[in-house]
Amino acid sequence: MTAPLIRIEALGKRFQSGGGLFARPRAMMAVRDVTLSVGKGEVLGVVGESGCGKSTLARLVLRLIEPTSGRVTFDGTEITALSPPALRRMRRRMAMVFQDPYSSLDPRYTLADVLAEPFRVQNEPLPANRVEAMLAAVGLPAALAGNHPHQLSGGQRQRVGIARALALRPDFVVLDEPTASLDVSIQAQIIALLADLRDRLGLSYLFISHDLGLVRYFCDRIVVMYLGAVVEVLPDTATAPRHPYTQALMESNFAPDPARRRAIEPLSGEIPSPFALPPGCAFAARCPRASDLCRRQPPALDGDATHPVACFHPL
Amino acid sequence: MSALLELQSLSVAIGKVALLDGIALTVERGQILGLVGESGSGKSLTAMAAMGLLPLIGGRVTAGAVRFDGQDMAAMTEVQRRRLRGGRIGFVTQNPMTALDPVQRIGAQVDVVSRLHLGLSRDEARARTLDLLTQLRIPEAETVAEAWPHQLSGGMKQRIVIAMALAGDPDLIIADEPTTALDVTVQAQIIHILGHLVRDRGVSLLLITHDMSVVAQVCDRVAVLYAGRVAEEGPVGPIFAAPAHPYTAALIGCIPQAGMAKGSLTGIPGAVPSAMTFPEGCRFHPRCPRASQACRASPPPILSRGEGRVACHHPEVSA
Ligand SMILES: Nc1ncnc2c1ncn2[C@@H]1O[C@H](COP(=O)(O)OP(=O)(O)OP(=O)(O)O)[C@@H](O)[C@H]1O
Ligand SMILES: Nc1ncnc2c1ncn2[C@@H]1O[C@H](COP(=O)(O)OP(=O)(O)O)[C@@H](O)[C@H]1O
Ligand code: SF4
Ligand SMILES: [Mg+2]
Ligand SMILES: [Mg+2]
Repeated sequence: MTAPLIRIEALGKRFQSGGGLFARPRAMMAVRDVTLSVGKGEVLGVVGESGCGKSTLARLVLRLIEPTSGRVTFDGTEITALSPPALRRMRRRMAMVFQDPYSSLDPRYTLADVLAEPFRVQNEPLPANRVEAMLAAVGLPAALAGNHPHQLSGGQRQRVGIARALALRPDFVVLDEPTASLDVSIQAQIIALLADLRDRLGLSYLFISHDLGLVRYFCDRIVVMYLGAVVEVLPDTATAPRHPYTQALMESNFAPDPARRRAIEPLSGEIPSPFALPPGCAFAARCPRASDLCRRQPPALDGDATHPVACFHPL
Repeated sequence: MSALLELQSLSVAIGKVALLDGIALTVERGQILGLVGESGSGKSLTAMAAMGLLPLIGGRVTAGAVRFDGQDMAAMTEVQRRRLRGGRIGFVTQNPMTALDPVQRIGAQVDVVSRLHLGLSRDEARARTLDLLTQLRIPEAETVAEAWPHQLSGGMKQRIVIAMALAGDPDLIIADEPTTALDVTVQAQIIHILGHLVRDRGVSLLLITHDMSVVAQVCDRVAVLYAGRVAEEGPVGPIFAAPAHPYTAALIGCIPQAGMAKGSLTGIPGAVPSAMTFPEGCRFHPRCPRASQACRASPPPILSRGEGRVACHHPEVSA
């Protein structure tokens, strides 16, 4: 693997919720003890189901929210320890593309305003012709510069989100389900654009998705999350999964080929509430291989292995 | 015996805008027809038309007909159509939250369907509800029946909506993107459940989706919709093995898979046109790699191909 650009160590995030008039506040760990790294030029994929903590991890990595524990190091600098002004300078080199292209762009802004904003935040003059160049880089005509986000299709809006993320020429981009709300035809366009930008600009990505098929197509290594924790890291896209949860994700991914229909064995149980995690493995209630040991004791992730798996009975 | 649901060259408009043009589809008894296309291609409108719900959105049929079990829906009274919906035709929407009443307990919402459409007593209806929830693999059905919608996960809510669609003992279920909002593991469960309903109970299913891999997994036939017209229709085997229409081929090619060469996933250039800007000739021609002068000038002929048909000037003629 190439030298790590981002190092994430034992990162945790606790959220308090409820605590209304009658309910007592309850706490949950949205991200639990996550350790990983992203190499220079690498595309690291993160997959998992809704609510497993992917977006929380994304926001922690860029320190858009404060971690409860652990640290994040970017190119040798611990960003979880930086002062606000130093963090703001560091943010030039890191960017994020958000999950929802509908709500992440201010409807009152024109595209030119949206793309000028990162410069304003950094107190920097906007280079001449930069807006047009940024639009061109993501395959949008310069004529759109005066338009508002609601005048664009979902795919065009996500292109604007990507252009905004790249405005200050970052080294590292967190992509939080950038295609989840798009048609597969438009998703494929956006993925091709991201691959091209990575190659041309030497970018590193943390690519978040709930689609294992997509991640296996686009990413170099794959991190699988379940209820806030990493359960497996696939060292490449060809390696077979060893965690039963990853296996279940794989089997849920249908092939566009009626000759390869899957025999679906639906997972039996429900996902446990993140507010009341079981004492053992968080996946045990849905796992076909679970034993008493799994229900009693949480399996550890062997972080040093080339193919880490957190499971007592891996495949 | 006639087909269960038949759209016969159906055209639909809202105001002056023609949205669907000559849609011809057939759902046979005990079969699953997949209706697939990008968003805006007209899938939901087709579903609304099939249920006789166009007036709800200010739409109307301008040509052709919808036949359910041999009967022309336009010739029925509104009361008859209403009895059909929720009774012999069950409906499952994309967003379970819009189908569920947030201030009514789950069980009561399912009960009401069989009381209304099957005339069951309160106790009979509840027994039927619990039976359905159990069949849909909902654990602790009695507890869930007493729960409120917000207490359930998305996948659980979608199963409740399916239970409601089944409660009236339907012959046909129309499911409009029933799994689009769900996680893949939950999607797999729902597709599994829907597939079993058809095989075990002989229900027919019109399954609307934008995902060709869902079609491949569970459908018998597929109709590919583009800009308000059927581009290609037929049994899934031959269509996936050798799609004749370039749009069908492109939709299949958009599904990312492990082992695909990097860079092979390019998508379909451009976007679905809106009804105000449908191009002349073949509506797909601005995005089509095979487009010729003929495609720009005149609508494509509808050619039969095996047990299906394709609307294209240059269909692939591979085996
Ligand atoms: N600000 C917050 N306060 C309280 N709980 C939160 C907050 N943000 C997230 N959570 C909870 O943390 C968990 C993880 O949420 P997160 O948004 O990271 O999930 P996700 O994996 O991105 O899901 P999705 O695929 O739906 O986007 C969820 O249970 C969520 O409800
Ligand atoms: N109530 C409506 N009024 C006007 N146009 C509509 C309405 N509903 C749908 N349309 C238009 O009809 C076309 C098909 O829409 P729809 O059936 O919802 O597509 P799909 O379900 O395939 O995404 C789109 O161009 C859409 O804008
Ligand atoms: S008719 Fe022409 S433009 Fe239309 S799909 Fe066929 S080849 Fe392409
Ligand atoms: Mg998220
Ligand atoms: Mg729709």
